[in-house]
Amino acid sequence: MKIKEVSSLLKARIVCGAHRQEESVNYGFGSDLMSDVLTLDSNDLLLITGLANVQTIRTAEMADIHFVLFVRNKKVTKEMIELAKENNLVILESPYSLFKASGILFSNGLKPVY
Amino acid sequence: MVELKFELEGGDFSRAGYASSEVKKILKQLNVDSRVIKRIVVALYEAEVNVVAHAWRGDIGVLIEPNRVMITLKDEGPGIDDIERAMQEGFSTATEKVRSMGFGAGMGLPNIRKNTDELTVESKVNKGTKVVFINYL
Repeated sequence: MKIKEVSSLLKARIVCGAHRQEESVNYGFGSDLMSDVLTLDSNDLLLITGLANVQTIRTAEMADIHFVLFVRNKKVTKEMIELAKENNLVILESPYSLFKASGILFSNGLKPVY
Repeated sequence: MVELKFELEGGDFSRAGYASSEVKKILKQLNVDSRVIKRIVVALYEAEVNVVAHAWRGDIGVLIEPNRVMITLKDEGPGIDDIERAMQEGFSTATEKVRSMGFGAGMGLPNIRKNTDELTVESKVNKGTKVVFINYL
């Protein structure tokens, strides 16, 4: 699924990394617990989370995750955007809940990691 | 051989991950396999978060050799009373603040063990903890 498709399905704003919106991602993983994200072996994934702090960006950086979607209308801070840009990450913000966002993405073909 | 040193302050979550980020950049420059880099930096990041979450202060030493990376984290802090228990998934003594940062669910040390080839944890209650891990390249 292309990032621009994720954006349009979830009414999500691309906060940074818009130049990568033609890129595709195959898997999704929803979690507010970063330690669980750090257990994943796959990195071809969209991280869907309501945890909006710098550690989320750090986690994506360490786990080689390129795409992060913040749900529940959480807003990323300036510090998070700077760190995300430094790591060439794509960050999206959606007003939908984690459940709704995940359901829409799943029914449109984004696969679960497990 | 490359040697790096970092300092950590207890409670300073804004800096947690800085050392891991620097180590990642250097390992990339050294053309280390990306899967190995991920294992090392995930372990180091969890370890950094542990120090920031539990200790008063700490130091990180990173030694990059041609065939292995050895990382040592020494902290001054409350120590770990029962290391075996701390290594179990789900056991945690983390505060609400740590949990609000997306950690503190008892996955840190198990995650470090999963991502390293050798791991030793030594601790003295009310003195501190020393964690050493090695990954072969």
